[in-house]
Amino acid sequence: MIRLAKLKKNYGDFAALRGIDLEVSRGSLFGLLGPNGAGKTTALRIIAGILQPTAGRVIVAGHDVQRDPERAKSKLGFIPDRPFVYDKLTGQEFLKFVGGLWGQDGAEVDRRIDELLNLWELTDWRDELLETYSHGMRQKIIISSALIHKPDVIIVDEPMVGLDPKAARILKDLFRGFVKRGGTILMSTHTLEVAEVLCDSIAIIQNGLIRAQGSMEDLRAEAEAGEAGLEEIFLKLTGGQEVQELLEVLES
Amino acid sequence: MRSPSGFWGMLAPKRITMLRRLREHSAGGGRLVPLLILGAVFWLVGFGTLFRILKYFRGVEDIGDLLAAKLFGLILLTFFGVLLLSNVITALSTFFLSRDLELLLAAPSDWLQLYLTRLGETLLHSSWMVGLICLPILAAYGTVFGGGLVFYVVAAMTLLPLFIMLSALGSAVTVLLVSIFPARRAKDILGVITVGAAGGLVLLIRLLRPESLTKPEGFRNLGEFLALLRGPTSPWIPSEWSASATMEALQGSFDPFPLVLLWTSALGMVVLGAIFHARAYISAYTRSQTGAQRHPAGRRFSRSIARLFKPLGIRRSELVLKDVRVFFRDTTQWSQLILLSVLVVVYIYNISALPLYTEGVSFFFAHVISFLNVGLAGFVLSAIAARFVFPALSIEGPALWLLKSSPLDARDLLWTKYWVGTVPLLIMAILLTIGTNLLLEVGWLMMTLSVITIAAIAFALSALALAFGAIYPQFKSENMAQISTSLGGLLFMMAAVSLVGIVLVLESWPVLTILRRRMFGMALTQESVIIAVLGGLAALAVCTLATIIPLRVTLRRIEGFQV
Repeated sequence: MIRLAKLKKNYGDFAALRGIDLEVSRGSLFGLLGPNGAGKTTALRIIAGILQPTAGRVIVAGHDVQRDPERAKSKLGFIPDRPFVYDKLTGQEFLKFVGGLWGQDGAEVDRRIDELLNLWELTDWRDELLETYSHGMRQKIIISSALIHKPDVIIVDEPMVGLDPKAARILKDLFRGFVKRGGTILMSTHTLEVAEVLCDSIAIIQNGLIRAQGSMEDLRAEAEAGEAGLEEIFLKLTGGQEVQELLEVLES
Repeated sequence: MRSPSGFWGMLAPKRITMLRRLREHSAGGGRLVPLLILGAVFWLVGFGTLFRILKYFRGVEDIGDLLAAKLFGLILLTFFGVLLLSNVITALSTFFLSRDLELLLAAPSDWLQLYLTRLGETLLHSSWMVGLICLPILAAYGTVFGGGLVFYVVAAMTLLPLFIMLSALGSAVTVLLVSIFPARRAKDILGVITVGAAGGLVLLIRLLRPESLTKPEGFRNLGEFLALLRGPTSPWIPSEWSASATMEALQGSFDPFPLVLLWTSALGMVVLGAIFHARAYISAYTRSQTGAQRHPAGRRFSRSIARLFKPLGIRRSELVLKDVRVFFRDTTQWSQLILLSVLVVVYIYNISALPLYTEGVSFFFAHVISFLNVGLAGFVLSAIAARFVFPALSIEGPALWLLKSSPLDARDLLWTKYWVGTVPLLIMAILLTIGTNLLLEVGWLMMTLSVITIAAIAFALSALALAFGAIYPQFKSENMAQISTSLGGLLFMMAAVSLVGIVLVLESWPVLTILRRRMFGMALTQESVIIAVLGGLAALAVCTLATIIPLRVTLRRIEGFQV
């Protein structure tokens, strides 16, 4: 469903991605983990068609994002980590606007807006300007905007930021249901517990390269970590010694 | 508890940021040089104008010096009003909306240090421009009246406490306002008041018909005006203390009383402000954070507008709707329309005040004015396009994640931005031209020519504004007004004025030929018709090219936008 082939991205002299190959199959939830500055957000933004890669290809639902962007994007829903919303639109207007960007209108979109607002308990806020929404409420609207056009693929950057426990639970259920119905999710997160529970496969990215990928079992084997959890595997693969040193500094 | 970093430490992030910005500008050169040139031109024009006025005043026996002193008092009184309002608005940002406040309030810092640093910032941000404007004014007074170094020192010593006093007063008013209204609501209200006040002032000055003073029969009015100036001025306005101390220093005598009064009042105001801050600030800040009141948007009104744009197709209608809603719900945007309306009223009033036909002014003159009026209207449209159309793509910067991740065709975005900018511009251009032409009582030929020309110019200006906005986007700017004054905005204005100039030059020969022939009652020759047609077609071709090429450039730029 998503295929990255030798994907590279340079910002001037700095290489954010150094040639990534990745394949996410249909009906799966794929986690992209990595330390800060590893290149996760850059990769997701290239897949979403926001950034142009320096080299390599991105295929979404059979369409090349660079060569056939409109078709590829029509299958996508993107949830960024620090999203901007138009403060002077109401929640309902924003969702309708996003539906319009995907070429959808009419009663079907109105019904979906009602459903999504109801799901997030935002029905009372539908006619309020977004500038009056809290951070978590905005995050709910952004998540809803990625679902409004019924995408086949969702790209998510840090989905749990700002959500209360109930909303986080709803989101997990929503993602599980989406994948069960054949949808595909590529998710970047620092919340390793969420990744461990939700993801079918995980890739660990560091310095613009994929260090390891596969199921939890595959990662355990690669890290020679026995029955360890994702946190230990992650630290082992991305520099656990540094964390140990940091702990020693803090304790001293 | 006193913060270990102290007053200067607390200001360090702002200081360092400002220095780095200055260094970046100096290294880049790009924006600093045009700004310096613009500033120098402004200073020279200001100095030159005031120099001539003061020279004239000096030549008027008995009342010349009085006039100069009263003028200085009036200038300072104007600054007093402007600064008070400016301080109140700036204090809203520095004391309540600034993003670093959370960090500072969470730190174990002293409340007095916080007050003084924020007061310092308010003082700097709201007064630097007035300070700069004072330089050519003082230089003109110093040069004409032969004021030595003492004059400049006394002037600085009297202006500084005035600025400090107004900052302390403005900040206190802001704290009081936010205690009553939420900060953002107060900002909106103040924004509209400021724009309304500025518009009202412009309108008032124009409707007073200052040009009547230049007429001999207007001397009676001047006498009345002088009588008004001679009347006692309120001793309670601090700007008068500044004015009297400065003017006395200029005339060689020095009375320390106004200076002492100014400094003690300024310090007293800071102390009172600090006491008020200590008592009211935290509760006002709390209110500003929790005061996000719900403002439901008009749903029924929104729906009727939505129906209006339906025929444009889903994507375009949603984009247009979004732009319209955001514009009319943002006070900082729509309030600009007040100023615009005032400018239009002043513009039309100026035309109606022209002594046409009544004082032996010919048909020829009226038609030449009508033709030049197209150029003037073109300039007004350029300024409007710079303010509203040029930033149209830049303000989408933060939303590019959404626009670029959607299957939106770049053409749809271009189409929306172009027509949302062009339609109001076009309506205004045509109304302005027809209105002024009716006042000028021009013939149908001139009316047709000027309407077609201004329409073609409006189409081209909108396209040019979009193209320059796309070539020099300001995606990180939070303020739409600042986007217009960026380097790209200045370059657009230059291009726009050049375009209007080229079109006028191309049309001037045929227009003058036809008018001359009609004035002398001569029939149009074949040659003059060919010249007229060729000139008109050339102007139209320039406008067409200035529309198509920029739109193509904009499309390519939109397709390449990355965030």
